[in-house]
Amino acid sequence: MKVNAFLKKINWMTLLIPVISVVLGLVCGAVIMFAIGYNPLLAYQSIIESIFLQPYYGGETIRAMIPLVLAGLAVAFAFRTGLFNIGVEGQLMVGWFASVACAIIFGHLPKFILLPMSVVAGGAAGALWGFIPGLLKARFKVHEVISTIMMNYIALYTTAYLIKNFLYTEGERTPTIPQAASLSSAFLANLTQGSRLHWGFVVAIIAVTAMWFMLWKTTKGYELRAVGFSPDASEYAGMNVGGNIILSLTISGIFAGLAGAMEGLGTYQYMTINSAFTGIGFNGIAVALLGLNTPVGVTLAGALFAGLQTGGMTMQSNAGVPVELIQIIIALIIFFVGSGYVIKWAADRLKRKGHKS
Amino acid sequence: MSFFEVLTIIIPSTLLTAAPLIFTSLGGVFSERSGVVNIGLEGLMQVGAFTAAIATLGLEHAGVGSASPWIAILLAAVAGGIFSLIHAVVSISFRADQTVSGVALNFLALGLTIFLVKMIYDGKGQTPYIGHNIDKINIPGLSQIPFFGPIFFQQVTYTSYLAILVSFLVWFVIFKTAFGLRLRSVGEHPAAADTLGINVSKMRYIGVTLSGVFGGIGGAVYLVTITSNYNVSTIAGQGFLALAALVFGKWHPIGAMGASLFFGFAQALSITSQQIPYLDQLPSVIMLTAPYVLTLIVLTGFVGRAEAPKADGVPYIKGQR
Amino acid sequence: MSYAIEMRHIRKEFPGIVANDNITLQVEEGEIHALFGENGAGKSTLMNVLFGLYQPDQGEIYVHGKKAVINDPNEATRLGIGMVHQHFMLIDKFTVAENIILGREPRKHGILDLAKAVKLVKELSEKYGLDVDPNKKVEDITVGMQQRVEILKTLYRGSDIIIFDEPTAVLTPIEIQELIVIMKRLVKEGKSIILITHKLKEIFEACDRCTVIRRGRNIDTVAISETNPSDLASMMVGRKVNVQINDAPYEPKERILEIDHLNVLDSRKVNVIKDLNLTVHGGEILGIAGVDGNGQTELIEAIAGLRKVRDGSIKIGGRDVTNQKTRKIIEAGLGYIPEDRQKHGLVLDFSVGENMVLQTYYKKPYAQAGILKNKVITKKAKQLIEEFDVRTPNEKTLARSLSGGNQQKVIVAREVDRSPQLLIAAQPTRGLDIGAIEFIHGKLLEEKKKGKAVLLVSFELDEILHLSDRIAVIYEGHIIDIVNPKETDENELGLLMAGRRKGGA
Repeated sequence: MKVNAFLKKINWMTLLIPVISVVLGLVCGAVIMFAIGYNPLLAYQSIIESIFLQPYYGGETIRAMIPLVLAGLAVAFAFRTGLFNIGVEGQLMVGWFASVACAIIFGHLPKFILLPMSVVAGGAAGALWGFIPGLLKARFKVHEVISTIMMNYIALYTTAYLIKNFLYTEGERTPTIPQAASLSSAFLANLTQGSRLHWGFVVAIIAVTAMWFMLWKTTKGYELRAVGFSPDASEYAGMNVGGNIILSLTISGIFAGLAGAMEGLGTYQYMTINSAFTGIGFNGIAVALLGLNTPVGVTLAGALFAGLQTGGMTMQSNAGVPVELIQIIIALIIFFVGSGYVIKWAADRLKRKGHKS
Repeated sequence: MSFFEVLTIIIPSTLLTAAPLIFTSLGGVFSERSGVVNIGLEGLMQVGAFTAAIATLGLEHAGVGSASPWIAILLAAVAGGIFSLIHAVVSISFRADQTVSGVALNFLALGLTIFLVKMIYDGKGQTPYIGHNIDKINIPGLSQIPFFGPIFFQQVTYTSYLAILVSFLVWFVIFKTAFGLRLRSVGEHPAAADTLGINVSKMRYIGVTLSGVFGGIGGAVYLVTITSNYNVSTIAGQGFLALAALVFGKWHPIGAMGASLFFGFAQALSITSQQIPYLDQLPSVIMLTAPYVLTLIVLTGFVGRAEAPKADGVPYIKGQR
Repeated sequence: MSYAIEMRHIRKEFPGIVANDNITLQVEEGEIHALFGENGAGKSTLMNVLFGLYQPDQGEIYVHGKKAVINDPNEATRLGIGMVHQHFMLIDKFTVAENIILGREPRKHGILDLAKAVKLVKELSEKYGLDVDPNKKVEDITVGMQQRVEILKTLYRGSDIIIFDEPTAVLTPIEIQELIVIMKRLVKEGKSIILITHKLKEIFEACDRCTVIRRGRNIDTVAISETNPSDLASMMVGRKVNVQINDAPYEPKERILEIDHLNVLDSRKVNVIKDLNLTVHGGEILGIAGVDGNGQTELIEAIAGLRKVRDGSIKIGGRDVTNQKTRKIIEAGLGYIPEDRQKHGLVLDFSVGENMVLQTYYKKPYAQAGILKNKVITKKAKQLIEEFDVRTPNEKTLARSLSGGNQQKVIVAREVDRSPQLLIAAQPTRGLDIGAIEFIHGKLLEEKKKGKAVLLVSFELDEILHLSDRIAVIYEGHIIDIVNPKETDENELGLLMAGRRKGGA
């Protein structure tokens, strides 16, 4: 009964676009493989088999999901309030750096203090990196797309500089963080036959729930959504538009910073000097779009992309297809989701034709 | 080291790093003046650089010799133009969010080029080095001028001066021709242009395609003058830097050129500062981040308001006005 | 003889509505022909069909007696049809000359010949007496001059049939008179004109004949010399208009809104409100009459805390709210029905229910400790939908999908339900059909009877005259006079709106 009511509430048309986009993306990927002379069925089969049947790849998929979902939430949260945060990449980097730096500098503290403190440090650094473009937008009307891109590069060069000069160790990276700050778990690793799965997934689940609760259950969320849809009407209704813009990008930055902290404290336990971006932040844009900017959608889209990326490794070894194909497929999916207007239009046409005949 | 010697290091280095930025940001000017935001400049440069590498290697193999990189630049222009059509179709005809489309374009470019590199070179992630670069030379005649010669005309590439020349050409096209007037009109007020019989979609397609052509050239120039081979990190941020130059230059061709030269100067300083007295004290991070920080400052309006074309980023839907 | 324009049996359907249903329009050579009807009657659709922006589903168009298929504005232009759009189609950053020649640029060796463009524009403007400065940027010229640029655009393209789409909405009374002179001169030069309007006065001053359309159908075409305003009006509406009259006794109570020596800057830093004084009492409707652009918008925005007050003070219910935050002012007792209901009044992508609590969502009983109480909000929304007769499937429907009249009802319901001491209604009935207008007028009068203060701002003089207890005329940012609606008429108000005081210039 309840399920039925829930199913009725879903707007099938809106769900159609991401589903069709994914299918089209995979089909295009298959066509490319076929055209070049690979076996697309073997390639997809190896992806599916590895992530569902081999615990190691299953664990790695969930591991890869953690930062992807958090980055997706960051983008989606900003989208919900009408802002396009391309700066997740940079916020993630400063979050990564801050969490690792905190863990190393305060390495003598006990775990129950150091671990939460390092996680918070990552979130806080991301928040700062989101706050600045928020302030620039609210105060000087600087478009956030441009300012967050600039902030990305500032983050890239600044973290590299800080590591090189203050936390440097052999291998172009920081030292490994102390155990007391680590999210890694022998239990989870054993469970998944040695994958790097760590406790960060708890943080991701909390973040997913927090975003849902904040946006739809609180007055602040109501305000953020109102400002996102219509800054003018919100201002006329007495809301502080500038304040909400700053808040939105700051919270978005927290999610992104946490994504970085998960990599720093969980997956890698250190940070390397990056000469290029991690790509997680940009993937977050795809995750958010495909997930229709809803917490559940972001989780599902994050799972899909994490699976594709992890399974892409076995695809390369089993079917010989370069792993870059996955990136091509993800790019195509973004194009298709973005072109939702055409998909809707085509679906409408089909529907009407169906009625006529 | 004397100040003169410092200049003979920094100025040629500036010209070298600025040239790809100039070409690419000019591409951005065309696209954004027509009303289409192009975050995909990075990807267009990647396609250009990739094409230039493959084409130069192929032409060298065919025995074309030192003309190879020049022909490769032209081929890269074509490739960039074709690749940018994806952005045009998705954001103009399909009305997708232009930023989303641009992000996807970058994804696709990097994935596709590396995928193809692996296809062509048996799974290796990078191309071989090209045999014929466009070399730094002393320009005959001009380099003999006392004082100015060594600073501006020794150890430079022709592409740098070509880029500056082309900037003025683009300025002329955009501000002095009927085509330019029409291009700007669809970026400012597409509905008005439409009622006067100007085909908004066509103008925007042209704008985006030109951004592809120029982005392709930018990437190609970067490859044949600076890196000489293509791999995953060949174009790492150059396109976004060009985007910054476009904004810093206030969407004006000459402004974009000036900003590109300035950003090139900052990059040149960050590379050469170790050899230069006083500057070697300065952390290189300041030079590296300067272009981005300064662009942010310009956008805040402290240095005169930077205003984008009015309809930049807004899809045009007939009948909605 | 053949007509300049003949549109026969035009039908145009949009999903869900028939905008034009078998409309026939015949415009004679050399006349000014009015196309008269309410908002939403189908006038604009018909003209967009003529200008090639829409394709008719049925019907034929003849231009100078020859059958024409008009696929796009280019074709319309080629046939000599030009349009002066209601919302000017001008590019702010281009000069006047650039705007006029765009799309048909004079060239020399393939290069834009701007000197020639300026010369051509000067010649045209002299020939037709349309004073413009070709070298100025559009953003720097007056609205009246912008309209002349629009007219010149059509003349430059050699149009001999010119459509004017509601051209007087943005003009001062003097500019309107000038426009009528221009139109008459154009006709003398051999042009034919179609004037789209819903204002009777203009029709009787300028036009030769008039076609009346109502709900997508044409009612009649009459010669102006053989009809009178009241006949035309009832033709437009289709019945005797049930005018809501302010018949409750005028018993002003305590001062609710007190504005003292107010000075406000507009976005260009020009002083648009100059030393303005105004008082509105409880139990009265004070109407503000004035031509658009004389500071009405800025005045309301200053009261609502949306625009900075430079000097002077504003009190609501005795409380000084000058330069307070909007939320503080709303809490002090301000209700506001904004001019642009879709942009400022509603969050279109919120549900009707969410829109009902746009100013109160954070307060009890709708929220507690920062957590929304969605059940209470839903209950309230259902109650208001019922009470204010909002036609919507349910409270979860997006505000965007409601009709204009129902959107306005949502806003009125929300504002009135909060029971504010002061209710500002800015153009509350613009673009609505008669039924919705009557409903909203009724609600404003109810508020008066409840003893609230109502500040009504409208460009429709009829609305002001019928509803107000006192009329304040605003001109160039100050109140030039306050008159009693029972002792004044449109003529006197018109003169005041143009800045001429009684008995003096």
